Amino acid sequence: MPEKEEITKLICIMCPMGCELKVLHKGKDVLKVEGNGCPLGIKFAKEELTNPKRVIITTVQVEGGLYPLVPVRSEKPVPKSVFFKILEELRKVKVKAPLKFHQVVLKNAMNTGVNIITTRALPKA
Amino acid sequence: MREKAIDVAIIGSGPAGMAAAISAKQAGAEDVLLIDREIEEGGILNQCIHNGFGTQIFRKDLTGPEYVHFFAEKVMASNVKVWNDTMVLELTPEREIYAISPERGMVKIKARSVVLAMGCRERPRGAINIPGDRPSGVYTAGTVQRLINIEGYMPGERFVILGSGDIGMIMARRVTLEGGRVERVVEILPYLSGLRRNYSQCIVDYNIPLQLSHTVVRINGRKHLESVTIAKVDEKRKPIAGTEETIPADTLILSVGLIPENELSKQAGVLIDPLTGGPYVDESMQTNIPGIFAAGNVVHVYDLVDWVSKAGELAGRSAGKYAVKHKEESRRKIRLLPGKNVHHIVPQFFDPLSLEEGEQKIQFRVTKPFETTVKVSMIGNNNKKVKERILRYARPSEMIEINIPQSIIGSLSRVKTLSIDVEEVKNA
Repeated sequence: MPEKEEITKLICIMCPMGCELKVLHKGKDVLKVEGNGCPLGIKFAKEELTNPKRVIITTVQVEGGLYPLVPVRSEKPVPKSVFFKILEELRKVKVKAPLKFHQVVLKNAMNTGVNIITTRALPKA
Repeated sequence: MREKAIDVAIIGSGPAGMAAAISAKQAGAEDVLLIDREIEEGGILNQCIHNGFGTQIFRKDLTGPEYVHFFAEKVMASNVKVWNDTMVLELTPEREIYAISPERGMVKIKARSVVLAMGCRERPRGAINIPGDRPSGVYTAGTVQRLINIEGYMPGERFVILGSGDIGMIMARRVTLEGGRVERVVEILPYLSGLRRNYSQCIVDYNIPLQLSHTVVRINGRKHLESVTIAKVDEKRKPIAGTEETIPADTLILSVGLIPENELSKQAGVLIDPLTGGPYVDESMQTNIPGIFAAGNVVHVYDLVDWVSKAGELAGRSAGKYAVKHKEESRRKIRLLPGKNVHHIVPQFFDPLSLEEGEQKIQFRVTKPFETTVKVSMIGNNNKKVKERILRYARPSEMIEINIPQSIIGSLSRVKTLSIDVEEVKNA
């Protein structure tokens, strides 16, 4: 059975503007995007309907640091399907201070090709 | 007590303060000092580990710590002096700062200009008067954020969040990612009070139940929080009887607004606008006290940190220019010249900025006796009279002392010499 054209409403999360998108699509084929303030909105709409992705942001444990944790992020957004699996992996990670800014704490998380990196430098306690 | 003179002092090294420091330097100020009570720069951004910062200034989607990192690098490169772990206790209208730190003890800092960049603080439970018990387990969103992101503590398992501001929604996601359960987010207004993107990526993404036009009407629990009673509100935000629902929870997070932090400002006599909770400022971000500027959330609460930095940049530039001008002024000495019937004057030179401290006294002798009323006039090289005084007589044998009042400081801005004339008053 051929898929029908339908409209899905999304809120773009590419920047703080939060454009309300009206996406005309046939299944996963995006036909038209309305309401986007910039080209990022089209990119977001296409990805959101095919393979939604989010940047992972959390903390990992640090040994001997100024603070017991260091904030980390994924270098790029990762598919939502592996989001929680990566978080689980990150719970087991423990790194040693001192840490550099944008130091990799987990390489190629869940085979996504995306590294998890620190978002600050952390000196020793 | 140690004393230190400085061109520009900036109180608070969050996004407003860091931007102010950099632009004060660029405006030509030599000695710029950035003071903060925390052990590192960045202010509250250090605990805002989520992304969404910097899209306006850096054209990149950065996390709070990354935004701090790039700004702190610029601060370093600008040769700004940074005093962390230093608490400012007092600010005077004369721009004297009393600060204390473990490293330096108590220090008095005399600044040519000051930028207030203390940011804001959260409204606590007391500010919104929620009835009920007073158990532990009730926190502001920022406190929970600090506990989870910096200290490494999870304050509870089952959460209710009051307020749908950005911090409230971001904490709903954060708590969920750390294994907590957000039972409900309640918002008293009929609409969301934070950004739509946060509703999308923090609430919708995790299926967190959010109720608009609802509020917390009771906090329950003897020692620790046991449950929270919520109710629907009418258009006047009054709870509607019969709509109460009690939700078991061990933690209540309050995200109910921010208030500019102006304790120091008020000490210095800075006037506060009751509508914003921050100082009245002019287009250069100067407050009613000359040389005291303000920027960022201390003035009014912003949505985006990028705007806070831009406000800091403006205030810093103004404060830098003010300090430079002030310094030039301080190098300028006005020559006091004996005019008609005056033999000599002491002092011969006079620093107009000394009037900031209070009135100044000068002494002189006349060349001949006057036994009738005389008029003493102080006249600038621009032929403008800045002061006049009547004396009943004037004799060379008696030294005359008159004061230069503080109020004339404004009329001296371009004056190079001041002459003193003594003349008989006719028909007296």
